[in-house]
Amino acid sequence: MTPTPTPQATERADITTGDSPGELRCSGAWVLHALTALERRVAALPAARERELRIDASAVTAMDTSGAWLLVRTLRALAARGAAVRLAGLRPEFDALVKLIEARMRAEGPVRSRAPGMLERVGRKAWEETLSAFGLLAFVGEGTLALARALADPRRIRWRPILYNIQTAGFEALPITGLLSFLMGIVIAYQGATQLQRFGANIYVVDLVALSMVRELSPLITAIIVAGRSGSAYAAQIGTMKVTEEIDALRTIGVGPLELLVLPKVIALMIALPLLTVYTDVMGVLGGMVMARPQLGISFGTFVERLGEAVSLSSYLIGIGKAPVFAVIVALVGCYQGFQVTGSAESVGRRTTVSVVQSIFLVILVDALFSIVFNWLKL
Amino acid sequence: MSEAVIEIERLNTRFGDAVVHRDVGFSVARGEIFALVGASGCGKSTLLRETIVLQRPQSGSIRVFGQEVVGMDDEAALALRRRWGVMFERGALFSALTVSENVTMVLEEHTDLGPALRAEVAALKIALTGLPPDAGPKYPSELSGGMRKRAALARAMALDPELLFLDEPTAGLDPLSATGIDELVRNLRDALGLTIMMVTHDLDLLWRTADRVAVLGDGRILGIGTMNELSKSDDALIREYFYGPRGRAAREQAWNRR
Repeated sequence: MTPTPTPQATERADITTGDSPGELRCSGAWVLHALTALERRVAALPAARERELRIDASAVTAMDTSGAWLLVRTLRALAARGAAVRLAGLRPEFDALVKLIEARMRAEGPVRSRAPGMLERVGRKAWEETLSAFGLLAFVGEGTLALARALADPRRIRWRPILYNIQTAGFEALPITGLLSFLMGIVIAYQGATQLQRFGANIYVVDLVALSMVRELSPLITAIIVAGRSGSAYAAQIGTMKVTEEIDALRTIGVGPLELLVLPKVIALMIALPLLTVYTDVMGVLGGMVMARPQLGISFGTFVERLGEAVSLSSYLIGIGKAPVFAVIVALVGCYQGFQVTGSAESVGRRTTVSVVQSIFLVILVDALFSIVFNWLKL
Repeated sequence: MSEAVIEIERLNTRFGDAVVHRDVGFSVARGEIFALVGASGCGKSTLLRETIVLQRPQSGSIRVFGQEVVGMDDEAALALRRRWGVMFERGALFSALTVSENVTMVLEEHTDLGPALRAEVAALKIALTGLPPDAGPKYPSELSGGMRKRAALARAMALDPELLFLDEPTAGLDPLSATGIDELVRNLRDALGLTIMMVTHDLDLLWRTADRVAVLGDGRILGIGTMNELSKSDDALIREYFYGPRGRAAREQAWNRR
């Protein structure tokens, strides 16, 4: 982009040595757009050896704050070399401007923040992460206390936001979660089909699809989708409220932000996520069933008959039992990251991203822990 | 009167059924401090937004530096936008950037200055608005309300504009900071010959700085003139505006200073 000069700035600004020794002449429009060229001219001035310098500025046709600043800076630089500098001939309005700049301008240059070194960065990051881990723990504790208070006095539970959150996080997520688990069922059946056919174990496609969906995949997929859909929304909502000081306003009104913003979300997700999981179980198995008929020649009737044997009640309940745990993780991480927002719009974006990454990470981690524990318990 | 920088003629604005401006017109001369006043919701800020090409009126003409801005596209407006600076009511500083980055960003976009020179010019602008030098590396969220206003002014001044729009420059400031802004506005006009158009509720600011004031109400200009002229007006709404208890106090103060 090329800067267009303002009308009065068309005359080129310059600073040159004058006719007599110890004289400098300024001319033209000393304005922002001429600043780069002008600074080069200033730097190119031959070092004056005279004790007394006279600067003739009568040919200056225009001046703005940037031009005046450069003039003041030049004057100061010359004075610093031990010369007595006198400015003459400047138009009165420009002179007033130079006086204003002189009064406001400090001798030192702009204050720059020091860039931290490698070791400092690592240290700071590690400390931040530690604080963040403790913070999450403290947040879980606070949330539990708020929940205990609410249970002790059920009138404090806010039903309306709970129902609203069940609708947005649960009901409105039905199409996407259903579609994805249906496709997942199809993929598993399709991949398993060739292997099973080789052994003539066609009927075991039911075990493959139903068990993997019901026990592992459908709670996991549902939690991940909800983390992306709702956990991020929680972080962004609470974060924006933090930026606009709405959270502080809630505190002053005497409404605990945890009670109003976090508890309803946690409770709503704890109800919605198991329900969604039941639904995605059905959709996933349905996907496998649709695929099993053309690929392996298993009729719907046979499939459903085998289903009862393939999936034990304990497997089914384990799958659904994980859902409330995932729900707590997703809701708490989303809300916690929202509360971590500080000041800027960028911070809201960063915290939202972190909330999704962190909750998906924790969901998968906890799922792995579940597998280990159930293995010990031989479930 | 000298050359007009802003000329508004027969301006009409409606939001649905609500008429905001009905045949509004006035002009602002070069070097003038012009203030728009009026009750909340009378369309002052809308008028300001229409003048700086953020919003489009239903009909009428707004000429800035002699160019018609109604219906102007962003590309055409760019050249004009370089010649004016805008300070928004809530500052509208970019929260992800420090104060000095907020200023250098404008310079980077519109001038050929190198990084070192940009930083120095930004430091100058920050100093000009009366902020301490250590405010430069701070983020807007670390500043107080008054400092944020000053930082916003520093950004508006980044390109040394000929015309400055100020939306509620003193709203939300303590009296001392507000007085600082008064003086700053006057100083800038006197030293730089700026034209300033501002929207304000601050009667002190009006008495101290404004050369001419337009009172907006009922969708029209109720009165236009110096504060002295307006305070002698017979219009009931204008009298109410200037002779409420607060108006009287500000007026007495203004007299005492003379």
